[in-house]
Amino acid sequence: MNAILLTPFDLAIASVLIVLDGVLSLVLRLGLHTQLAWAAGRMVVQLVLIGFILRLVFALASPLATLAVVLVMVAIAGREVAARPEQRLGRFGNYAVGASAVAIATFLTAILALTTAIRPQPWYEARYAIPLAGIVLGNVLNGGSLALDSLLGGVVRERAAIEAQLALGASFGRAMRGLIRASVRRALLPIINQMSAAGVVTLPGIMTGQILAGMDPLEAAKYQILLIFLLSGGSGLAAVAVVYLAAMRLTDDRQRLRIDRLTARTRGPRP
Amino acid sequence: MGPFDLELASGECLAITGPSGAGKSLFLRMVADLDPNQGQMFLDGVEHRTLAAPAWRRKVVYNAAEPGWWHERVADHFDGEAVEFVRAMAPRLALAVSLLDDQVVQLSTGERQRMALIRALALASPVLLLDEVTGALDEDSTALVEAVLRERLAAGVAIAMVTHSAAQAARLGHRHLRMEAGRLVPA
Repeated sequence: MNAILLTPFDLAIASVLIVLDGVLSLVLRLGLHTQLAWAAGRMVVQLVLIGFILRLVFALASPLATLAVVLVMVAIAGREVAARPEQRLGRFGNYAVGASAVAIATFLTAILALTTAIRPQPWYEARYAIPLAGIVLGNVLNGGSLALDSLLGGVVRERAAIEAQLALGASFGRAMRGLIRASVRRALLPIINQMSAAGVVTLPGIMTGQILAGMDPLEAAKYQILLIFLLSGGSGLAAVAVVYLAAMRLTDDRQRLRIDRLTARTRGPRP
Repeated sequence: MGPFDLELASGECLAITGPSGAGKSLFLRMVADLDPNQGQMFLDGVEHRTLAAPAWRRKVVYNAAEPGWWHERVADHFDGEAVEFVRAMAPRLALAVSLLDDQVVQLSTGERQRMALIRALALASPVLLLDEVTGALDEDSTALVEAVLRERLAAGVAIAMVTHSAAQAARLGHRHLRMEAGRLVPA
């Protein structure tokens, strides 16, 4: 595989397009040029920085360093899952639920792929483990946050329906069943859409990247198929883990609905 | 709230009135073990914590002032045998049996309230906790509901009911208490 290496000059030429956007913003008085410059600058710094960090971690070839990087990524993803919903579980519940679900789904999915399909030597080699964990995390994060938002919002909205079932002697699991199913379903819709559209509407990112880097399109397609399977599996796992972990925090030893453990996110007035 | 110390005999109706926000509903919900509570509750000498919570709630059934629905169609809220019970009971509460095939959202507030009462009665529980059970009903429907409740009382069911109507408390209640700032006092 022959990657065409990019020089800083190549990037500078591409950045002309951003400059063009800025000029358009000035001419059309969109007021976006400062934001655009900042965002572009941030993106470059972040990516170059992560490039250096990864180069360092790859060179270290230490399982501990790899694990540390993955754990930091999981922690950040957990925070993202926790931050999305309007409703908050008490005692850092959203974070505990988000981080555990993301960790379970990511580790299971990534380890499965590394030990069966991709099989680098050793299986935890940073060059494979970190990017794989990263791409799985991105999707797991989406699935997890949709599921959590759907469940917590649904509990508040459907409180009367859930409590009516409890009052008539249903178990908590039975009373929550409809909402749990709806939440998992909602979390899986984006990945199902992505699978249906893959290759028809868009060329998926990884495949595009590999083709640009010189890989045979069919080989690139195989990688993409493997990845989409992983991402679907990871999203499903995360969604299921999120809804069950969150549901457990919404009940107690007497199978009550403990809506008192939820608080709405405090927000400033909307403009 | 509380503490409360009271007994309810088989076939007895306890009516609870009091200002909004005094804790009437919360009291019924605690008896149904739907809200956290301390202390002990016994049914026929059996302490409530020795039973699984769902088993307790099937015996001590709470019917909310605004009952919830979890399926779109009315009939889906009743399983096999219960549907027969609804067919028998609905006409007695001036409800058309055909309502079973309707969507819950198509029912009027009063129809939903009576249908929810039937749902609670279908469990044939020894205790009923009724929260504003005729709150959305006109006089005629209220009389029909009260007649059904009197029948249950005669059959030995114990009822604790929250009502805003002192007249209803007098008609149905063998005892009448007022909830005032979380305390039950004689009315």
